[in-house]
Amino acid sequence: MIELENVAYSYGGGALLSDISLKLAPGSFHFLTGPSGAGKTTLLKLCYGALLPTSGDVTLFADDLRGLERDDIAMLRRRMGVVHQDCQFLNHLSVTENIALPLRVSGRHAEAAGDDLTELMAWVGLTHRADALPPELSGGERQRAALARAVIMSPDVILADEPTGNVDWEMSQRLLRLLVELNKMGKTVLVATHDLSLIRAAKSQVQARVLRIANQRVQLAGADL
Amino acid sequence: MSITRKDLRRIVLGDRQADRVVPPTGFTAQLTLFAAGAMAFLAVFAMALSLASGRLAARWGDELARSSTIRIVAPLDQRAAQTEAALRILETTAGVAFARALSDEEQQDLLAPWFGADLDLQTLPVPRLIEVIEEDSGFDAAGLRLRLAAEVPGAVLDDHSRWRAPLVQAANRLKLLGWLSAGLLGLTIAAMITLAANAALAANAQVIAVLRLVGATDRYIAQAFIRRFTLRAFGGAVVGSVLAMTAVLLLPAASDTGGFLTGLGFQGWHWFLPFTIPVLAGAVAFLATGAAAGRALKRLA
Repeated sequence: MIELENVAYSYGGGALLSDISLKLAPGSFHFLTGPSGAGKTTLLKLCYGALLPTSGDVTLFADDLRGLERDDIAMLRRRMGVVHQDCQFLNHLSVTENIALPLRVSGRHAEAAGDDLTELMAWVGLTHRADALPPELSGGERQRAALARAVIMSPDVILADEPTGNVDWEMSQRLLRLLVELNKMGKTVLVATHDLSLIRAAKSQVQARVLRIANQRVQLAGADL
Repeated sequence: MSITRKDLRRIVLGDRQADRVVPPTGFTAQLTLFAAGAMAFLAVFAMALSLASGRLAARWGDELARSSTIRIVAPLDQRAAQTEAALRILETTAGVAFARALSDEEQQDLLAPWFGADLDLQTLPVPRLIEVIEEDSGFDAAGLRLRLAAEVPGAVLDDHSRWRAPLVQAANRLKLLGWLSAGLLGLTIAAMITLAANAALAANAQVIAVLRLVGATDRYIAQAFIRRFTLRAFGGAVVGSVLAMTAVLLLPAASDTGGFLTGLGFQGWHWFLPFTIPVLAGAVAFLATGAAAGRALKRLA
């Protein structure tokens, strides 16, 4: 699905990531962890084509990232669900419309997905907030809305960047359960988090592999977590 | 970004869904409307000026080129005889289609604006005027002058070219200036729309980032902006043009006494021309916003 080969990335000054090789197989569940500033967000951005690697190759759905036009990347994004660290919405549209936004921009009518949308809203527990505007939502509600928006196109891959960053423990458990459920439905999941207790909690629910960024490289962390 | 029929259809019929994706703006939208309207208003006047100057140049060039005047300046008792002699010479001059002396009444009419209608011409040594209409081939002015000098000492030939040429030139320059102004107004609309579109794109950077993230193509994002600005420029220009055309319509009608100034306006099929201004403004806005959006979107991941 997503393959990184000898990828390096540097921001102006020095190298942030170097010599990274990574392969996300369909249906796998990965955690990406590491200290703040280690490059978790950068690695995720490389995975959804928001950044081009300084060197090495990124292959998304068997396409080389370098050969893709802007519109090709837009089409790829429809097959990936991305949950941002600071989930951004269109603040003038209601929660429902925001969740249905991927349908809208891909030319499908939100009405056609009516039942799915209702079901999805119920699944993330936002039915009662359907008509609210994003700025009125709490941190947890925003994260759940972002997750719902990420999965409405039924993507093959879900990339989540600190989805539990701004929510309490109970809410992060709930979000984790949603991600695990998605994985059980066959989606490939990659979650970047620095929250080790979340990873521990996940281990009992799903067979998750943990990738750790340290010294600019990605290592497979042991079972000792 | 090339214009396809699909784009045009979307611009005209609209995609309300795509439209709502960009947050509505109140004040700046009104400014764009106002500026487009004002530009269109001025463009209609520039157009009217150009067309009127063009008509004036054509009339002066055409009518005056084919007529000349002979003045008979002679003592009152010899005036009639010299007039007769001049007319006889004109009859035998090649290239003269028609020549006739103006009657006292006609001369009185010509002088009335300056001396009043009660003037008795018999008491003044007013020269007799002879109107000469040329054939298309024209006549030999120098030869005619020599013959007149020999036989009619009081005759002075004025073939109008001396004062006609600078007038025609001035009118043609005015026409050029008018079209230049209309062109500049068009470019100003383009510049203004580009500025407004850039501001809107910058103000909505977050919206664009969200749309990119959920898989919107550049075309989809640009469309929402292009449609807005095209419709605003078109709408503003329609209002501005209609107001300007009403104003032109209310100008006093062209008349002989008013001369050039009252001729400002549109005649015949020229009334159709102002209607092209809103369409042009819309097209300019479409292209300007498309270019601005293209540039802005390329900078985003």
